[in-house]
Amino acid sequence: MTDAAELRQRTRDLLAAHPPASTDRLDFLRARFDAGLAWVHFPEGLGGLGAPRTLQPVVDTALAAAGAPDNDPRRIGIGLGMAAPTLLKYGTDEQKQRFLRPLWTGEEVWCQLFSEPGAGSDLAALGTRAVRDGDDWVVDGQKVWTSSAHLARWAILIARTDPDLPKHRGITYFVCDMTDPGVEVRPLRQITGEAEFNEVFLTGVRIPDTRRLGEVGDGWRVAQTTLNNERVAIGGRRLPREGGMIGPVARTWRERPELRTHDLHQRLLTLWVEAEVARLTGERLGQQLAVGHPGPEGAGMKLAFARLNQEISGLEVDLLGEEGLLYDDWTMRRPELVDFTGREAGYRYLRSKGNSIEGGTSEILLNIVAERVLGLPAEPRTDKDVAWKDLAR
Amino acid sequence: MSDLLYSEEEEALRAAVRDLLTDHCDAAGVIARTETDTPHDLTAWKSLTEAMGLAGLLIPEEYGGQGAGHREAAVVLEELGRAVAPVPYLTSAVVATEALLECAAGRTLTELAAGRRIAALAVGLHTAPGAAFPAVRLENGTLSGSLTGIADAAVADVLLVPADDGGLYAVRAADATVTPRTSLDLTRPLADVALDGAPGERLGEAEPAVRRALRTGAGLLASEQLGLADWTLAETVRYLKERKQFNRSVGGFQALKHRLAALWLETAHLRAAARGAADALATGEDADVSVAVAQAYAAPVAVHAAEEALQLHGGIGMTWEHPVHLYLKRAKADSIAYGTAGAHRAALATLVELPAP
Repeated sequence: MTDAAELRQRTRDLLAAHPPASTDRLDFLRARFDAGLAWVHFPEGLGGLGAPRTLQPVVDTALAAAGAPDNDPRRIGIGLGMAAPTLLKYGTDEQKQRFLRPLWTGEEVWCQLFSEPGAGSDLAALGTRAVRDGDDWVVDGQKVWTSSAHLARWAILIARTDPDLPKHRGITYFVCDMTDPGVEVRPLRQITGEAEFNEVFLTGVRIPDTRRLGEVGDGWRVAQTTLNNERVAIGGRRLPREGGMIGPVARTWRERPELRTHDLHQRLLTLWVEAEVARLTGERLGQQLAVGHPGPEGAGMKLAFARLNQEISGLEVDLLGEEGLLYDDWTMRRPELVDFTGREAGYRYLRSKGNSIEGGTSEILLNIVAERVLGLPAEPRTDKDVAWKDLAR
Repeated sequence: MSDLLYSEEEEALRAAVRDLLTDHCDAAGVIARTETDTPHDLTAWKSLTEAMGLAGLLIPEEYGGQGAGHREAAVVLEELGRAVAPVPYLTSAVVATEALLECAAGRTLTELAAGRRIAALAVGLHTAPGAAFPAVRLENGTLSGSLTGIADAAVADVLLVPADDGGLYAVRAADATVTPRTSLDLTRPLADVALDGAPGERLGEAEPAVRRALRTGAGLLASEQLGLADWTLAETVRYLKERKQFNRSVGGFQALKHRLAALWLETAHLRAAARGAADALATGEDADVSVAVAQAYAAPVAVHAAEEALQLHGGIGMTWEHPVHLYLKRAKADSIAYGTAGAHRAALATLVELPAP
């Protein structure tokens, strides 16, 4: 097993062979991948060394201190957080060799073609069809809420390959080339005025069977790997005190005494306490993960995060009073990075409305907590043994 | 960053306390006892203190204590909260003990550590850590005056009494008149204390001793509140799986599932806040903020959990026979004990520089 000392030595060797100051950014990232220091818990030959995941900070800290470039992880979050773990678990050797290196270096951006207009919380009801034609699959349908689709080279895609089976069993998982004919990406403008997301229309898109991930009909199980990693990515951040949405409103309170009222003071203090306790809960979850005992708290972190972001940003608009009546900019733009705490109070208020919808609605997450953590009975199901084609829609 | 987890030793301590309370402190027994002249369970207390040495967790070994710390005492309080155990642990082994530690009152600490005596700080249970507190008169070397709302005074052997010379005095309960009051919380009853020329031993300065005692009391009370919330949630979930109406488990209705899931989330948050306060008290780092955060958060959660438990139990929850009322009464009293959530938020306004208008 690779230990911290060995990782430090390998990092020193990498830096000696490829001094960051005189090495092209992409060359350095490729060399880092080939040295097994990209994600140390991945296998050798695929950017890792089979080391414990908890040792990754040993490498990251040493490289940051040496001024080495990183792979701009926020720009390629879907690739790193969702596509990569799924490729690792279900990909063929050829697929892993082809996709993981440019995914990690950021040379190829990934997006996720899962949600559809008719399949949100009930994702397994999706209707995008993939029909076998020789060595290819021909895909037709519409996907929605796809971030980075306009930048992406590749997509992870789930589509229905057998409408005669019950919905969970007729789905297959593919890797879709976003540059292929028949893929059309349109920006989806949201209530903030900008378009973080896209609608993706798939018309007669041909995907070779070699780009199938997992068995035919096994796509729902494959997708669970993707979705489980999504919730970890959304809820599991560790922050300093006042590190989240409460930070800007606390600063405004301190800097602008003329805005203070007794009513707002009580609301601010209550939310400050809740934000601090949510931070401690995230910290506690992180400590549990670090010792290898992930707690069930993870299932609830996004619930708390969504509600707090909404209440705090709402308070901030109230606090600003007359200025709260203004908005910074409604111009339709396509931001590359999303920052929930970025821009001004009005943006934060509107953007945070999505926090209780994206990545699993708060209502679905409450069901998950009730059923998986508390062991309460599952919702009655009328769709379990019905062919997908016969479901109500 | 503070350690918010439980160590193996702490889990072993929890298991031992839970075993003892399961055997000695069942709900039916606690309910029956509340209507006698001796609501406190001194048999359970003897087992916790003489047999297990738990009254000495905060007391250094030189005074016969365990030299453990606030993290361990917090685990004991979680379990006592889960059982709404009518024992003077928080009042004697935490609050009075902290005051005695501040005064370096070695002899009394040794007696407390051994479980031979019970002490009570003669400051009203409702008093927040920074708040003013009444004092009795010191006249010709004796103490006179009356103090109200003293929790667990009825079983105390020693009362720690602030006097108007700024001192804290140890007064034998036998030299005071202790009058039990009919209390909202049946398992932590209050009493009034009257002194009429009572002899007292000056231990030290009252102000720092009381402040330290109340801050620790407030911080570790969050762990008791966690225990209350944890039990009420677990018991409600258990009952709603078993209870059938409309030919289904009541716990399968989404309206109820969502309320229980929300409560679970609040309880998980309370656990982090309570561990944060216990750890901060143990290390002394960031203790004022951590205690105020924990108390501002804990009180509403424990009350909410008990109120939800009562409502979701339906009619049985409203009966004297079912123990949920013990938890509601304790949770509601705890929401006033050692300062309300509002008092702790007001303290935070100063501590974290979010001043009032």
